[in-house]
Amino acid sequence: MRFLLDPEQRAFADSLNAMLTAADTPSVVRSWSRGDHASGRALWRRVAGAGVFALAVPEAYEGLGAHPVELAVAFVKLGRHAVPGPLVETVVAAALLTEPGPAKRLLPALASGEAMATAAPAGSYALDGDVATTRLTWDADGLRLAPGHGPVRTSLDPARRLTHLLPGGELLTPDPPVAHALTWARLATAAQALGVGLALLDRTVAYVKQRTQFGVPIGSFQAVKHQLADAKIALEFARPLLFGAALTMTEADVAAAKVTACEAAYGTARTALQLHGAMGYTAEYDLSLWLTKARALRASWGDPGECRAAVLKGLDGLNDLNGLSGGDRRS
Amino acid sequence: MDLDFTPAEEAFRAEARAWLHAHVPAAPLPSLETEEGFAAHRAWEAQLAADRWSVVSWPQEYGGRGVDIVRWLVFEEEYYAAGAPGRVGQNGINLLAPTLFDHGTREQRARVLPSMATGEVVWAQAWSEPEAGSDLASLTSRAVRTGGGWLLSGQKTWSSRAAFADRAFGLFRSELDTPKPHQGLTYLMFDLRAPGVTVRPIGRLDGKPAFAELFLDEVFVPDEDVIGEPGQGWRVAMSTAGNERGLTLRSPGRFLASADRLLNLWRTQGSSDALRDRVADAVIGARAYQLFTYANASRFLDGESIGPESSLNKVFWSEYDIALHETALELLGEEGELTDTDWAEGYVFSLAGPIYAGTNEIQRDIIAERLLGLPKGRR
Repeated sequence: MRFLLDPEQRAFADSLNAMLTAADTPSVVRSWSRGDHASGRALWRRVAGAGVFALAVPEAYEGLGAHPVELAVAFVKLGRHAVPGPLVETVVAAALLTEPGPAKRLLPALASGEAMATAAPAGSYALDGDVATTRLTWDADGLRLAPGHGPVRTSLDPARRLTHLLPGGELLTPDPPVAHALTWARLATAAQALGVGLALLDRTVAYVKQRTQFGVPIGSFQAVKHQLADAKIALEFARPLLFGAALTMTEADVAAAKVTACEAAYGTARTALQLHGAMGYTAEYDLSLWLTKARALRASWGDPGECRAAVLKGLDGLNDLNGLSGGDRRS
Repeated sequence: MDLDFTPAEEAFRAEARAWLHAHVPAAPLPSLETEEGFAAHRAWEAQLAADRWSVVSWPQEYGGRGVDIVRWLVFEEEYYAAGAPGRVGQNGINLLAPTLFDHGTREQRARVLPSMATGEVVWAQAWSEPEAGSDLASLTSRAVRTGGGWLLSGQKTWSSRAAFADRAFGLFRSELDTPKPHQGLTYLMFDLRAPGVTVRPIGRLDGKPAFAELFLDEVFVPDEDVIGEPGQGWRVAMSTAGNERGLTLRSPGRFLASADRLLNLWRTQGSSDALRDRVADAVIGARAYQLFTYANASRFLDGESIGPESSLNKVFWSEYDIALHETALELLGEEGELTDTDWAEGYVFSLAGPIYAGTNEIQRDIIAERLLGLPKGRR
């Protein structure tokens, strides 16, 4: 048992982080929010070039095979830098496309970043349905390639452009692996949310060190410190749930990671807003890019109540908290 | 990165499980915070020790099995899953023993540890004083030099288990007028039945004498019971405050077993929707604490030290433990008000968690200042 990222996994995180730091993501997010997608598409190709989407695509379709731990590593960084676009939805599409025909046709372009996918069950909003080039939707009859999208609705997070997908379209498979795809969706969202929360904490810690009132940095006040300590605790306990879930990929572990990471990120967002004062409440200040995303991710791909229910559903009968420690605890 | 145990670790788990299955008392022991319960728990410690299960991480020469932290975690998971009794010797095992391993002499270890392992000698802690709580370094109990040893005088309080324990350990002021309050302190062990010691038990919220006040009037302690150098007691006490102790003070096995019991209680009571989310949070929290500890254990095995990170642990488990027990009491409905249930005992015990072992306010200051780098300010 060695429950720590390997040196290669840490190096992957560092290189992605360096690339995204240099990419000036806040200006990319603002363009994306205005409907100007050029810089976002360019960044998308660089993210794909780093191998991020290939981590959810089998080798047979020009991916790297399923690597949930590395995918989680990557999505923490994508969240940390507030990268816009249907990131999770592209992973969902990769998980849904297991039928050889459609997989061969659609997956290589998702792995390479030439294509951008969105995905949503019929009747639900699809993220960035206007920008995505592969639009997947499903209902009781199966998985379809949607023929188009409805009007764009604005999310509280301006970088998230929500649309309905039009009914009809080509039937790709009558029996898509929806539960499997939902597990990947929740894992990626949990990772993204953790990254969002970590960014909010870093920015707020930096702010309270330099903002002075009553002649001292406000970060020297216990009322400020303790809110940030609580945010730190929440994020640091979400992290092992995320990577534990990436290792086991059970429905219960992934749901636990999703609700915990999202609640930690949202709690950190509330603290970040409070400690930045009125400045944090402005759209102009970049903090808003993470504040609003923390709220949006909380309900995306399973709200807290659904995830908590999934945790209990995944534990069947007595003596079942031993999933990670093996065997019957009370033989 | 993996969560896999080796075949040898799995074999160790199976051996522990088999022993516990054969030996754990069928009925719960009386409360550890009563005279009768204390004696029953002491007898259980002897039973554990007879087959080398009381202190598995200690070297064999002191009664342990010399296992690493992973096997310790495995043992603890099995121990609490088996519904085994609370550990009456935990103050000594978790607080004094690590200090002796780091700072004690070979003679002290040989003299103190074996009887601690068997429960023959149960240790109480003597840190706090009426005017020195979170500001522990302001303590005023004295250790005055005398022929061949020291004379201890003063008052200690909130001394857990002291009502029925045999010996105690703590800090005493051996030098006056030092430039800083944490200088001139000496770490000593003393006998609770020595002449000059008066133990006055204190009833906790439910009236049980879980802790005590200690009045010391020129209590003689020989030089051999000083740990580390005289005057260096603060450094001795704090050096083991983080590190491994941060990992071992509360094992994940304990909370996994509690969450398991809560889940069963919820199901027995009809799986109500009203408390579903809180039961789920108890399950999730236990898993989070387990995995957080596995990660820190991995870091520890890599040779990293666990310092202020142990404050994250302490705040998390102490608040988690209360929330879990509150949920259980709500599930019990009107029965939740009664004091003679395991859940009620656990609830009252959990309420002390955010207060002892460094209040959660102090822990949050440590997190903010030492992990987040925020400037020091007035407490």
